[in-house]
Amino acid sequence: MTSTPAAAALRHPPEPLDPSAAISIRGLVKRYGDFTAVDGLDLDIRRGEIFALLGPNGAGKTTTVEICEGYRRRDAGEVRVLGEDPANGNRRWKSRLGIVLQSNSGESQLTVREMVAAQASYYPDPRDPDEVLELVGLTAKAGARGKSLSGGQRRRLDVALGIVGRPTLLFLDEPTTGFDPEARRQFWSLIRSLRELGTTMLLTTHYLDEAEELADRAGVIAHGRLVDVAVPSSLGGRETAPAVVSWTEDGVRRSEATATPTALVRELSRRFPGEVPDLAVARPTLEDVYLQMIGEAR
Amino acid sequence: MTAVQDPVLPSLPRVYRSRAVVELKEFFRQREAVVFTVMLPVLLLVVFGAVLNFDLGQGVSFTQYFMAGIIAAGILGASLQNMAIGIATERSDGTLKSLSGTPMPRSAYFVGKVVQVLVVTAAIIAILLFIGGVFYGVDLPSGGDWVTFAWVAVLGSASCTLLGIALSSLAKNGRSASATVTPFALLLQFISGVFFQFSEIPSWMQTVAALFPLKWMAQGLRSVFLPDALAAAEPAGSWELGRVALVLAGWCVLGLILCVRTFRWQ
Repeated sequence: MTSTPAAAALRHPPEPLDPSAAISIRGLVKRYGDFTAVDGLDLDIRRGEIFALLGPNGAGKTTTVEICEGYRRRDAGEVRVLGEDPANGNRRWKSRLGIVLQSNSGESQLTVREMVAAQASYYPDPRDPDEVLELVGLTAKAGARGKSLSGGQRRRLDVALGIVGRPTLLFLDEPTTGFDPEARRQFWSLIRSLRELGTTMLLTTHYLDEAEELADRAGVIAHGRLVDVAVPSSLGGRETAPAVVSWTEDGVRRSEATATPTALVRELSRRFPGEVPDLAVARPTLEDVYLQMIGEAR
Repeated sequence: MTAVQDPVLPSLPRVYRSRAVVELKEFFRQREAVVFTVMLPVLLLVVFGAVLNFDLGQGVSFTQYFMAGIIAAGILGASLQNMAIGIATERSDGTLKSLSGTPMPRSAYFVGKVVQVLVVTAAIIAILLFIGGVFYGVDLPSGGDWVTFAWVAVLGSASCTLLGIALSSLAKNGRSASATVTPFALLLQFISGVFFQFSEIPSWMQTVAALFPLKWMAQGLRSVFLPDALAAAEPAGSWELGRVALVLAGWCVLGLILCVRTFRWQ
């Protein structure tokens, strides 16, 4: 299915950009040759919130984020990040952003503390490097060279580099990819402590539990379009989605989707003398609605 | 929001100093870079000085001749090779991309690199002069020769730095830059009068060498280290200092245009 920006505009009647939002995007389009990576995307991210952009690999998450960061140029649409067009972002604008890229920072001969202090020297009102290392839990590694860090520690270093400039808005592009579950939980608590500092965060991830754990709101992106935006618990209409009641009757497994599962269970309990065989009541998980959403967009 | 309420961005000199410190630490803490860039010319001087200590005539030893060549090669290594490989590495590992996402003024990156090249070059020249003077009886320049030494070194280093920055954009990563630039530099050294007397190199190779800055740096430095009587052995029969200045300045201009046109932050 091909689509032009004009068609995208017809699908979503254009609203004006929201100047008070941390990020406001209308009709964003980005093409790489014949491939349309972002295809008419609209999005508003409020100041102070943690917003998760969910989507499979290649859905357009990183392209969208890198346009907001000023790394890539858009082909069509309007973007405002902290009130400015990222295509014309100057030093002052950049000093209000913190960026944690998808790939780790490069090899360096500097120690962890030296790296954070050097980064701080580029910003007008930086945080104290030692306080930042304390916050990300790298105080014990302050004197170590970057290459001696584990994957999780390296990512913490990336976050330290991202927040030492005291950003208003922090971008986190797939910050926990490749982490073991424990490192992931530690990282989540770090992000939650940043929320206390009032930093707005745009987080991309393909881990649903991460979005559910951290985000105030989540958007699902598939094939360059935003297919839903909601608080994670009601994404895809999950909280009102029909429950599926299943049981075994006459040796056959049966299931029924219903908005009133209690009534159905009551009826089943009348039909069967004792226990209803193999009775189960299931609500769709975030993963179910997510897979359905990215499937439908295909 | 007005500029008055906002904290003031750090001044250029402050960021320049910060970047210069970063670049110096990055270089001198990396053992491979120090060995390759600083120690290799020194070891070559030690070996060539001990082995090829024959008389060139006029009572001038080959070591005296080699001194000019190895300093030129040292400058090439500290600038062209160092920049091409270092920047290609920083581009492929994401360092450049990260920096360009910060409010660091972009000029600060280049100022840091230039300081690195200058300090490394000065260190190489000082060590080579010391070893040559103390252990191999090389006559050090005197009087006005120091002025020639200074401008040849500065112009040569500037042109090769710019060329190195431009070359870095051609490479996929640091390793591929090293694999391309290192043999190129070595070949250039062989045909530019570093290891052999330039007059003994076939004339077509001399012509090729004359296209690149190294030959002119070596020639300019020979005017510093050799007695003027030996100028007759040069292809033009003189040191051609005017042409040395012109070619090196020309490479500066060309290198700058290439840098501005090709430099990528990611």
